[in-house]
Amino acid sequence: MQTELLGVIVTFVLVLLMAFPLGKYIAKVFQGERTFTDFLNPLERLIFKFSGIDPHRKMNWKDFLKAMLTINLLWFVYAFVLLLFQGHLPLNPDHNPSQTPDLSFNTAISFMVNCDLQDYSGESGLTYLTQIFVVTFLQFVSASTGVAAVVALFNGIKEKSTSNLGNFWNYFVKTITRIFLPLCLVVAIILAFNGTPTSFAGKDTIITMRGDTVNVSRGPAAGMIAIKHLGTNGGGWFNANSAHPLENPNYLTNMVEMMAQILIPVAMIFALGFYTGKKRFAYVIFWVMTLGALILIVPSMVAEIGGNPAIAKMGIAQPTGAMEGKEVRFGPAYSGFWGVMTTVISTGSVNGMHDSYMPMSGTMQLLAMMVNGFYGGCGVGILNYYIYIIIAVFISGLMVGRTPEFMGHKVEAREVKIAALVTLLSTFLIKGGTALAAYVFVHHPDVGWAMKPTAWLNNSGFHGFTEMLYQVTSSNANNGSAYAGMTGNNVFWNVMTGFVLILGRFLPIIGPIAIAGLLASKKYVPQSTGTLKTDSLTFGAMTFAVIVIITALSYFPALALGPLAEYFSVH
Amino acid sequence: MERNKNNRLFSGDLVGGALKHSFLKLSPKIMVRNPVMFTVEIGTVVMLAVTIYSYTVNDPTIGNFWYNLSIFIILLLTVLFANFAEAIAEARGKAQADSLRKTREETPAKKVMRVGDIFMNEVKVVPSSSLVKGDLFVAEAGDTIPMDGEIIEGLATIDESAITGESAPVIREAGGDKSSVTGGTKVLSDRIKVKVTTSPGESFLDKMIALVEGASRQKTPNEIALTILLASFTLIFIIVCVTLKPYADYAHTTISIAAFISLFVCLIPTTIGGLLSAIGIAGMDRALRANVITKSGKAVETAGDLDTLLLDKTGTITIGNRKATHFWPAPGIQERTFIESVVIASLADETPEGKSIIELADVKGFKAPSLATDKDVRFVPFSAETRSSGIDLPNGMKIRKGAFDAIRNIVQKAGNAFPAETEAKVKEIASNGGTPLVVSLNGQAQGVIELQDIIKPGISERFQRLRKMGVKTVMVTGDNPLTAKFIAEKAGVDDYIAEAKPEDKMNYIKKEQAGGKLVAMMGDGTNDAPALAQADVGVAMNSGTQAAKEAGNMVDLDNDPTKLIEIVEIGKQLLITRGTLTTFSIANDVAKYFAIVPALFITSIPTLQALNIMHLKSPSSAILSAVIFNAIIIPMLIPLALRGVAYKPIGASALLRRNLMIYGIGGIIAPFIGIKLIDMVLALFM
Amino acid sequence: MKKYILPSIKLTAVLMVLLCVIYPLFLAAVGKLTPGGGNGETVSLNGKVVGYANIGQNFTDDKYFWGRPSAVSFNAAGSGGSNKGPFDSAYLADVSSKIDSFMAHNPGVSRASVPSELVTYSGSGLDPDISPDGALVQVGRVARARGIDSAALRALVLSHVQGPFLGIFGPSKVNVLKLNVALDQKK
Repeated sequence: MQTELLGVIVTFVLVLLMAFPLGKYIAKVFQGERTFTDFLNPLERLIFKFSGIDPHRKMNWKDFLKAMLTINLLWFVYAFVLLLFQGHLPLNPDHNPSQTPDLSFNTAISFMVNCDLQDYSGESGLTYLTQIFVVTFLQFVSASTGVAAVVALFNGIKEKSTSNLGNFWNYFVKTITRIFLPLCLVVAIILAFNGTPTSFAGKDTIITMRGDTVNVSRGPAAGMIAIKHLGTNGGGWFNANSAHPLENPNYLTNMVEMMAQILIPVAMIFALGFYTGKKRFAYVIFWVMTLGALILIVPSMVAEIGGNPAIAKMGIAQPTGAMEGKEVRFGPAYSGFWGVMTTVISTGSVNGMHDSYMPMSGTMQLLAMMVNGFYGGCGVGILNYYIYIIIAVFISGLMVGRTPEFMGHKVEAREVKIAALVTLLSTFLIKGGTALAAYVFVHHPDVGWAMKPTAWLNNSGFHGFTEMLYQVTSSNANNGSAYAGMTGNNVFWNVMTGFVLILGRFLPIIGPIAIAGLLASKKYVPQSTGTLKTDSLTFGAMTFAVIVIITALSYFPALALGPLAEYFSVH
Repeated sequence: MERNKNNRLFSGDLVGGALKHSFLKLSPKIMVRNPVMFTVEIGTVVMLAVTIYSYTVNDPTIGNFWYNLSIFIILLLTVLFANFAEAIAEARGKAQADSLRKTREETPAKKVMRVGDIFMNEVKVVPSSSLVKGDLFVAEAGDTIPMDGEIIEGLATIDESAITGESAPVIREAGGDKSSVTGGTKVLSDRIKVKVTTSPGESFLDKMIALVEGASRQKTPNEIALTILLASFTLIFIIVCVTLKPYADYAHTTISIAAFISLFVCLIPTTIGGLLSAIGIAGMDRALRANVITKSGKAVETAGDLDTLLLDKTGTITIGNRKATHFWPAPGIQERTFIESVVIASLADETPEGKSIIELADVKGFKAPSLATDKDVRFVPFSAETRSSGIDLPNGMKIRKGAFDAIRNIVQKAGNAFPAETEAKVKEIASNGGTPLVVSLNGQAQGVIELQDIIKPGISERFQRLRKMGVKTVMVTGDNPLTAKFIAEKAGVDDYIAEAKPEDKMNYIKKEQAGGKLVAMMGDGTNDAPALAQADVGVAMNSGTQAAKEAGNMVDLDNDPTKLIEIVEIGKQLLITRGTLTTFSIANDVAKYFAIVPALFITSIPTLQALNIMHLKSPSSAILSAVIFNAIIIPMLIPLALRGVAYKPIGASALLRRNLMIYGIGGIIAPFIGIKLIDMVLALFM
Repeated sequence: MKKYILPSIKLTAVLMVLLCVIYPLFLAAVGKLTPGGGNGETVSLNGKVVGYANIGQNFTDDKYFWGRPSAVSFNAAGSGGSNKGPFDSAYLADVSSKIDSFMAHNPGVSRASVPSELVTYSGSGLDPDISPDGALVQVGRVARARGIDSAALRALVLSHVQGPFLGIFGPSKVNVLKLNVALDQKK
């Protein structure tokens, strides 16, 4: 057991230590300072020249968002079409079929929004062409979109008074060339040398020792798995995701994949400090997020290590913990850690099947996705956290007797309205989507759809409810992990989560950028001793309290009827 | 007439009126201004329908009549409590303003009659209410001034104690900055002709009453922002409650309408929603209690944000004017001789400095001789040219006192040397922030009188307090930079404007504002008006000119320059009260969830009993307890809303910690205790 | 928005060359240098490929060590777990019957010495490993079925235990396929 805990602790500590210098490097990249990767300058110039882009043009928040949304829309259309016709296109050695329109819709959105919810199985639902030209491509660009967006926020925080949030194209391209591509090469090569396939060879057929004829799906997976984690995407090459022995062959790859997904979200927090010069502010955010993550991780790990109490009653041994849905080479301790970390981070890759985790873990995973701002996804985690900051600033500003202000700009009705709207949206999408599903499931179980609602769920009772809640929550959080027992591949779920995905992605980007733009263009108010310091631990605690209260108030009833009821049914 | 500064929160007559208004405010037209309470009202109406329905039809999914009726009554009370909070705040503000207004109602006015635009010499006694703007009236010793106005002719001593509570009479005269008179004050001597500057119902007081009464009350920007936040919380809870229906269907649980509405009303921030407008009104009311009339609620709010205060030195930082503190005779001159000549030279000096010289001599045991009867005495008044004043006595003595170089000129012209010791003393006094006044007798230097500013006791502590609030203080003075610097340091202000001209104030304000700061200043003169208008908070003294009063957004009835400090605290208190009660209101929800959610599901999902951590007796007692707690917390917090949460200048982070502990943690714990207690009481009956 | 369309298209095209052509082809080339040549590492018995080292196989015969239950019957054309909730009654009945079946095939073994991974589905359905305890508890049965000395078999199992990564990180494990291949080779 010690070796299992040690693996978790060393992973976590090591990645936090690596994130610090990386954050410094990222800040330098976006500030245009000299870095050791400047040899890539000609490549970037070539990209901009070919695309007809001036990377130095200033953009206000509206221009910035327009550029971002335009290219995202383009990707969606392109991905949708490619998936719809993949069966007839090359690089399809396994002769997999085209996706249905509703599945294409869901898949295209899902990867565009960095969610990677997969209503298909990787082995049979995609071709090598779409795995690379849709999935891998979108995994790179969606993560870079998030990072570029948060740099706009950095500019809004850094400048005293400006309407310039920077150039979207510049940040976007540099994120790919300077951050993701180099790191992906490192991770992919480690994976390749540990057994993850890289060749374009199709499915293999073998006769086993027992004489069964089975297939083994393969493909150029290592490169995709690298960006899947570094870009906090989470969508796997294979259906079982990182539980699959080819996607995640051993404990080393397991640690590398976990570190890869934590690395950039945490580095972005430090980058915020270095970029804006407000280091204390960044450190306070870091500690609040780390504390929040730990509060979610520990109960889950304890529950998983403790094993399934119902199985314990049967008298067999659970020396390492609850093994259902988990892999022996990782162990329940690490899988418990991974399960929460992947939801904290908004990656959504799994190395065990969440559907079979203990209800305490389910609660923690759901909470992590509902908050979606303890680290969070690449860039977007900070954007989500920023919304909480604005609300915390507003309430605590009042409590110290001043019209609330953040970084020297007064927070007024318009900003509060946007922040409130974004907060409201999450609740609406998660609770509304789940309610709609529950309504259809209860009142129209046998409606004449291709897949009847009665067939949706793999579990009954509280756990069945949690499956639906989890699917919608994961979509809204752009997480992508799932209670895989629930069959998401039908018109209802594909379309419903498609809309949740797209709203849950872009409004929480548009909102913070708009607030940052509006605030930055206001008159700068210098600090005085009466000003609330947003880089103090007190304010960190306040933000934490706001997160806890908003999350608890919004989701308590849903959690009570799902994982909590399940938990209390045995404990 | 002594004003009724009643600090009791609920005096009988106010409560009666407020109760009546609580019901009148149930009108949806009024309620809709407050989205949170409006939704509660809708819930109440639905509950009424459910109650009636459950009386006529026996439907088990609806619940029994008595239970529905209780919920309905509690919800109605919730709305009424909120209305009462607003009504009592309004009533208090109004009572305060009324007591001010009473002082000027229906006094006889000696109106100067006119034909067209020509004023006649005829004076007629009319009721004050018939005066309109532009009319002239006459007031003589013994008269009560019928209406606010500006003296256009004459000078009078006036007793303003009815308004300010200050018993010492003041002098008001035509022209200049002391030309304004206030209705209700009394003329003690002389006769003045006054032009009415406001029409009945348009005085600042009237405007303020209108603000308090709600008809013209506008939400302040911060109130709007907070309302948006509260409305979004309300929407979140609408979502929570609406979605609960299909969730419950999935769990095969029936939830009654009463339970749904109860959950909803408990969750939405009714506590702050119900008290929000009362808090705003109470802020204005507190300002009024400090004898400050605010022209808008926004001004009070802005006061809490002030970064910079411009304060006049005289009267604010120092007591009145400079005073003589020492006599320093020149070498070879007897102290007694020196004092004698000084006193004689100051006999005709009516300036405060001159008087203070005689006072100091008195203390030293020297009685001033009376020279008033002597016809041959010639007084030489101060002139800017000679920069000295003095006296020529019949016996040929010529005494002069004045600025150092002016007197030195006289001495040197007379062919005498100016003693080095005296010159050194002069420099010493100046460098200590004092003003040296040199005296000569027949062209010979006699010595120096030291004049010093007396800094008000306790003022530096107040500046310290302001500094902790983050407010920078700036002293404005006509003194030379050296003196100004000395006094500034001694009093502990952060900055000063020396040799200030009116436009210097304006420039300073603009400079500060350009740096994003909010600036307040106080002023009384017409030449202060532009700066008062420019300042974010401009406080005009009631004794000041009409122009000044129009330009500022607050009027201080006490003419007390230190009032700005109080105003800042009132503004801060207003915001803090809003913030803390919002926090409290939302923190309360945690306990309410633990009361209601298990109650809703316990029958169909017994395992959720584990969430009933308060061990409430039954589902219906749990729901009732939560709703009752939710209702009664409003009246319990009315005193806090009206008095305001205390402001402590301990730095923003410490203040946040303190308020988070009290209202955040307290807000989580209090309802657990409250709901449990109510449930224990209910358990006796259910 | 219009002015951003053309740059978007061009940028997408040029990035595709970088990310979808150069990047995967470079990795495929690197993969050729790896032990499995980028195709996955295989295991042979008597010169014949009998499986992939990292993909578990179905063993039900008493003379082989059994791996974990698989929700996809160890057919790596797909992958996945049972996705059953931990307290689901049907699921618990399934586990219970798996225990009974294990006990029937392994007489003399105490319930408390059966580690749960032998009766619970793996996440991938392809888990190649079991714990050392999970292998040792089967030694008696396999030795009996093969008529070999259980102490020697035990030694064989222990020689196949892979300790924690770098000796300090993570669990110990036994690759079932490799162990069974070794068993057959020993014969």
